[in-house]
Amino acid sequence: MELNGAQIVIQSLKDEGVEYIFGYPGGAVLHLYDAIFQQDDVKHILVRHEQGATHAADGYARATGKPGVVLVTSGPGATNAVTGIATAYMDSIPMVIISGQVPSPVIGSDAFQEVDMVGITRPCVKHNFLVKDVTKLAETIKKAFYVATTGRPGPVVVDIPKDITDPRIKVPYKYPKKVSIRSYNPAVSGDKGQIKKAVDLLLTAQKPIIYSGGGVVLGEASKELIEFAHTLGFPVTNTLMGLGAYPATDKQFVGMLGMHGTYEANMAMHESDVIIAIGARFDDRVTGKLDEFCPYAQIIHIDIDPASISKTVKVAIPIVGQVKHVLDQMLEIIRESKKKPSKKVLERWWNQIDQWRAVKCLEYDRESRLIKPQYVIEQLYEVTKGDAYVTSDVGQHQMWAAQYYPFDKPRRWINSGGLGTMGFGLPAAIGVKLAFPDFDVACVTGDASIQMCIQELSTALQYKTPVKIINLNNSYMGMVRQWQEFSYESRYSHSYMDTIPEFVKLAEAYGHVGMRIDKPEDVRPALEEAFALKDRTVFLDILTDRTENVYPMIESGKGHHDMTLRVASGTSTDRELA
Amino acid sequence: MRHIISILIENESGALSRVAGLFSARGYNIESLTVAPTEDPSLSRMTLVTRGSDDIIEQITKQLNKLIDVVKLIDLAESVHIERELMMVKIKTSEHTREEVRSLATIFRGSIIDVTPTTYVVEMTGPSSKLDAFIAAIDGDTIIEVVRSGPTGISRGEKGLHL
Repeated sequence: MELNGAQIVIQSLKDEGVEYIFGYPGGAVLHLYDAIFQQDDVKHILVRHEQGATHAADGYARATGKPGVVLVTSGPGATNAVTGIATAYMDSIPMVIISGQVPSPVIGSDAFQEVDMVGITRPCVKHNFLVKDVTKLAETIKKAFYVATTGRPGPVVVDIPKDITDPRIKVPYKYPKKVSIRSYNPAVSGDKGQIKKAVDLLLTAQKPIIYSGGGVVLGEASKELIEFAHTLGFPVTNTLMGLGAYPATDKQFVGMLGMHGTYEANMAMHESDVIIAIGARFDDRVTGKLDEFCPYAQIIHIDIDPASISKTVKVAIPIVGQVKHVLDQMLEIIRESKKKPSKKVLERWWNQIDQWRAVKCLEYDRESRLIKPQYVIEQLYEVTKGDAYVTSDVGQHQMWAAQYYPFDKPRRWINSGGLGTMGFGLPAAIGVKLAFPDFDVACVTGDASIQMCIQELSTALQYKTPVKIINLNNSYMGMVRQWQEFSYESRYSHSYMDTIPEFVKLAEAYGHVGMRIDKPEDVRPALEEAFALKDRTVFLDILTDRTENVYPMIESGKGHHDMTLRVASGTSTDRELA
Repeated sequence: MRHIISILIENESGALSRVAGLFSARGYNIESLTVAPTEDPSLSRMTLVTRGSDDIIEQITKQLNKLIDVVKLIDLAESVHIERELMMVKIKTSEHTREEVRSLATIFRGSIIDVTPTTYVVEMTGPSSKLDAFIAAIDGDTIIEVVRSGPTGISRGEKGLHL
């Protein structure tokens, strides 16, 4: 089969099984868009800003496990995509970004809409390619998907100069079934000796804890993690990225750990003598002050990326491999072992954990006359029966969603953890809804975050992706405000916006349903009404208590055992701000 | 501690900037960096001198290995190895210093590869410390220019860095 470069790109995506491309046209990709026009297999989703394309593809990838695909033009199209690429990179999300480039002969001449995309994205991609030869195009795209989806996943950019997609130049096309790259051989199974050592250590632990992260979600190892935890009877804590990989309603789950983790999770980490970290990377928001991190623990770390091991925290037993595979290997040894974890020892440990649980660190003022954001999330959980896909933006609302919506399944909680990208939630929700049209998709956001990619409301209408936007509106960049309250004697420098759009009208202007809720008793009925409108995008503008803070909290420079708990419920409620 | 990391890398445009970018992005220091194609034209050999604690060097080698273009690498400092650097020094000479410079070059097994009535260019190879010693032995005011390649290295014995 002879195809031109543009057709090769589209045919390659088809052969790769790509359902959707999220993109925005422009000069350097016009040939590609012409090829898209002439086929129906790969559906193109036209966003309103390239950042939206990357987040939508990212949301699609996080929800499905399949790579997200983005198509942008050169120059500003490419740079607008960078935030979304970096977002995917930090959370190891498989994505392939095809960017147009100016024609090869003018590269380097500061041509119109020229930017060195390969150079700009180098630090925030797993790998990138500049295609210099149309006969290498199909193979390069195959390599991009191979690199993006194997090992520790990540975004891969394929930069294609316009002359490569010239419709007049046709070459033989064959999409490779397999590619190999001599310098790239990601690990699969873990070292048997190390695994044996790890199991021995686990079976003699007095105060063990399983600390699992996003790698369990990405590695599809939720089932193995559950079996592993149930077999051993150990407590489990999840990172922000790992939520859902272990069911939050399981009795062995002690909640999220880290800066806004639960008291019981952080105390258990601090007091633990053996920690097994599974697909987690000891992020600074998890560890707090490194010198005080888990002072009594020997640490086992399973990760597919050797560079994640002993990066910030030295571990006793490193195991490089796919978490799913390594957990299976461990389970086999545990089953065959005569040694079992001591029931008595574990009982003592659980008693201790139950005492920490009794602190009820997530309690809040339920009697308030103002709408408490935590209450909104709890109601969202009930109305969606805990079975929605929930995306979020970044800030207080993100933490509340993580704390008060107990996720029982992996891939249901979709947020920008590593990069912390405001504006992520709405486009991500659109990507999720395209993948799972029959499921409830909620975007939990705030009045500041939602404005960063608000233009995608238009995309939501065009492609009929009825998501529900839960806007926890407190007129502040709440998390910034909270830090200013804690660390800057409440000097609220530029964390308050004097003018905020009327979101109801805004939603209506974009062709959606808008609702404004300002009384606690109206929250539940509004949510029910919104989710009953199956085919409409609904924007719920919920005016919440402006002074509410996220608790518990490890303030910067402190250790896990040094958490700030809510002093007494309601103390912040009546303080006047702004 | 000083480490010499020897890397086999795909001979492709941009490969060098991936390595250089990694070092600047992660705050590692590069003392020197040399790169040239090998007998296999698809591969380049890079020799990188860096300093850091064992933890940092471990991270550096892991992060380098993560780059898709990096095929293989070794830390030469981990085993016995030979290290060589090429230096060319342009030295101002006068009638009564010419002889002294020439004998100094001979002592250091250097050779004079360019001569004008007022200058010499001395070429010298050796471990970096030897080149440092030569520079120290010369009157600093007479040095017009020093060009150093940065060290390259190879391990002793049968073991080698190849595919």
